[in-house]
Amino acid sequence: MFNSNIPEGPLEKKWEEYKGHVKLVNPANKRSIEIIIIGTGLAGASAAASLGELGYKVKTFCFQDSPRRAHSIAAQGGINAAKNYQNDGDSVFRLFYDTIKGGDYRAREANVHRLAEVSASIIDQCVAQGVPFAREYGGLLSNRSFGGTQVQRTFYAAGQTGQQLLIGAYQSLERQIALGNVENYSRHEMLEIVKIDGKARGIIARNLITGELERHFGHAVLICSGGYGNVFYLSTNAMGSNVTAAWKAHKQGAYFGNPCFTQIHPTCIPVTGDHQSKLTLMSESLRNDGRIWVPKKQNDTRKPNEIPEEERDYYLERRYPAFGNLVPRDVASRAAKERCDAGYGVGSSKQAVYLDYESAIERYGKIECRKHGIDQPSAAVIREHGVAVVKEKYGNLFDMYAKITGEDPYSVPMRIYPAVHYTMGGLWVDYELMTSVPGLYSLGEANFSDHGANRLGASALMQGLADGYFVIPYTIGNYLANEIRTKPIPTSDPAFVAAEKAVADRLSTLKNINGSQSPESFHKRLGKIMWDKCGMARNEAGLKEAIEEIRALKAEFWRDLRVTGDINEFNPELDKAGRVADFIELGELMCQDALQRRESCGGHFREEMQTPDGEAQRDDENFSFVAAWEYKGDSQWELHKEKLEFEVAHPTQRSYK
Amino acid sequence: MEHYTMNLTLKVWRQKNKKDKGGFETYTVNGISSEMSFLEMIDVLNERLVHEGKDPIAFDHDCREGICGMCSMYINGRPHGPWEGTTTCQLHMRAFKDGDTIVVEPWRANAFPVVKDLVVDRSAFDRIIQAGGYISVNTGNAVDANATLIPKDDADAAFAAAACIGCGACVAACKNSSALLFLSAKVSHLALVPQGNPERKSRALDMIAQMDKEGFGSCTATGACEAVCPKEISITNIARLNAEYGRAGLTIDK
Repeated sequence: MFNSNIPEGPLEKKWEEYKGHVKLVNPANKRSIEIIIIGTGLAGASAAASLGELGYKVKTFCFQDSPRRAHSIAAQGGINAAKNYQNDGDSVFRLFYDTIKGGDYRAREANVHRLAEVSASIIDQCVAQGVPFAREYGGLLSNRSFGGTQVQRTFYAAGQTGQQLLIGAYQSLERQIALGNVENYSRHEMLEIVKIDGKARGIIARNLITGELERHFGHAVLICSGGYGNVFYLSTNAMGSNVTAAWKAHKQGAYFGNPCFTQIHPTCIPVTGDHQSKLTLMSESLRNDGRIWVPKKQNDTRKPNEIPEEERDYYLERRYPAFGNLVPRDVASRAAKERCDAGYGVGSSKQAVYLDYESAIERYGKIECRKHGIDQPSAAVIREHGVAVVKEKYGNLFDMYAKITGEDPYSVPMRIYPAVHYTMGGLWVDYELMTSVPGLYSLGEANFSDHGANRLGASALMQGLADGYFVIPYTIGNYLANEIRTKPIPTSDPAFVAAEKAVADRLSTLKNINGSQSPESFHKRLGKIMWDKCGMARNEAGLKEAIEEIRALKAEFWRDLRVTGDINEFNPELDKAGRVADFIELGELMCQDALQRRESCGGHFREEMQTPDGEAQRDDENFSFVAAWEYKGDSQWELHKEKLEFEVAHPTQRSYK
Repeated sequence: MEHYTMNLTLKVWRQKNKKDKGGFETYTVNGISSEMSFLEMIDVLNERLVHEGKDPIAFDHDCREGICGMCSMYINGRPHGPWEGTTTCQLHMRAFKDGDTIVVEPWRANAFPVVKDLVVDRSAFDRIIQAGGYISVNTGNAVDANATLIPKDDADAAFAAAACIGCGACVAACKNSSALLFLSAKVSHLALVPQGNPERKSRALDMIAQMDKEGFGSCTATGACEAVCPKEISITNIARLNAEYGRAGLTIDK
């Protein structure tokens, strides 16, 4: 069961060879094979569209009111691809290498290389769908830089790249729905995986409008339900983003890979108070042109514009001259935390640093003035032209900042602080994206596969679409070719009946606790434990405390929860209660994983393990493995280790200096 | 920016389900910070209602950063509230002052039936897209992305139209509950890129036919849609749609 199924042969030939020999399902047989897809974000929608086009009978499920709402839509900055359109030395190998290194050597080489190989086709596909990427005046596609790389390989559509890519995938999905190849179930939540003879054979879903439970059969089930950052309560995820689908899969036997690997994004709008329900990201693309600084003096209360240039500490440029403001996210986040903890933070909470656009506005303004033949322009004219350029590139982000904070980021530097953003961990999958349960797959952020211990910017969109458009259409055939004789199993089968009963019992238990505290209040408390003890910095004592606190919280939850409304109606409180219950269990596993990984790598920073200058200190000898956790019962897991072999990208101390 | 707290009166539309008649209920909320978002203010009220054992107000929301298009409240007679170019989730409480009364209703349109309280069913929008809001290209068919040059102005205009978040504010604001701004944004997006050219005639005809079937009304030409659109989608898209529709009607080969 625990085999990563990486094809033999040299790294750069593996995927080509695999595709040449993988089993196929003929078109007539595809028509009688049913596939269930949970989640309609980039991974789910692209998989559903592609599998529908191939002729499979597909069903998609999402909890939102339309597939187009999935949280991929909020991705801002861009999508990477090894096109080398800029002639700046990019290649499949560079993208592969940057991703492995950026992930601090905790990802599988074969998966990452395949990701880099298919990256270029994603851009081609999206343009063919009509995705309006940013272009140069000559009509060619434009690129920008993201963290952890020294080439310009990021394609973008203003600060709304995720929206445009998702709409492209959504439109392809809607086309397949119109053609009758895909049936979509919006406002439905998957609450159980149905297994028959050890294989995934369907799901139990709840219609969120009527509260009815439904049984759906599938020859295979794909979990594309995104990440679990909301375990921290405050994150850049959407309010509805949850771990429930992945957690149900985990409890049915799918191993959970590297749960403690979470990404704290360095540039988010800081928390303002207890009422805060979510955090808002300011795209990493802003670090292309913005400069990050804090005052050189501790507890400086002057306004930013009153602090002269020589009294500002551009600490990223100082510490990491080679990459400057474009160091990877984990490095930038820790550096911000370090400055704030040392007393150099700004704003009323002192938990913020400045992201400043003044020099970019001046630089762009001068270029524009030259372009327009304005001789000896005044500072005001330069500024006016510079602001126009910045507006075009980042306008929607600046507007969002202004609405949330009430400040004008064109004239006052933005205040930013790190926040939970992405989870590299997720369901363990093999090379074919199959979990440890046969017939159960996981794609996109929901799986653990490609980003190691830290994801590079603009790589999430790439991975979601790679998995859906270009990987699963090939790999799923290798499994389904052996299923062509399996007739659809009637949902009256005892396995479906039992699974539905288990779901109904759990809902009724949640509803009938009749305690006094809301699901929201438990979620908030869980989030605080996770952020304080399993967040940007972790240590043994803290993690042990966190595990105890989470267990106590779990007991209290099942004793004192209050769910208003009824089971058989539209009831967001009940939906939320189920999700919080799953987050609590996941939170414990994350702490267990963080505790066993006695090294620092990527976003996982164990305070006990750091270099003298405060960088993450890996321990390749003992921890060069994927932690794959098997569920064994309440608060019990068994750790399996998948050894990571590096044949091409040999692990070194990651340096961005 | 100075922060302040305020006490407010809310009149909120409560409706148990599609069949229920529904009506306004009045609530007071105290100590609301000007730094909160509008939805965080509703969160505060809902927590209190749960604590009192009452049914909290149901409302749609998800990303809370103005891009998913899920939030949909009619606030003081205007979709998404008083700020221009802003979704409800991005509306912040500094838009209000101490002592204000705020009226909150769901989108009202026959094609958007109420599910509960402030939640409506917008699946009609998905069906309009199904009628032709796409380019028929299967995965794997694409040529190199730079093989076709697209003038920057066309790409920018296509992007501006494609920025529609499908929230339905345009329908809610329209006296006739027309979906033309939504529909025209999609038709424009795809008509402005060369890849959309082969299907542009059938797209305009089929999407409009579906819109009529869903029970949306016809355009009033008053521009209420553009005025309330949180993404500031331009009404010139409707002019472009009319041109596309006319062209298709006059020339389509069938």
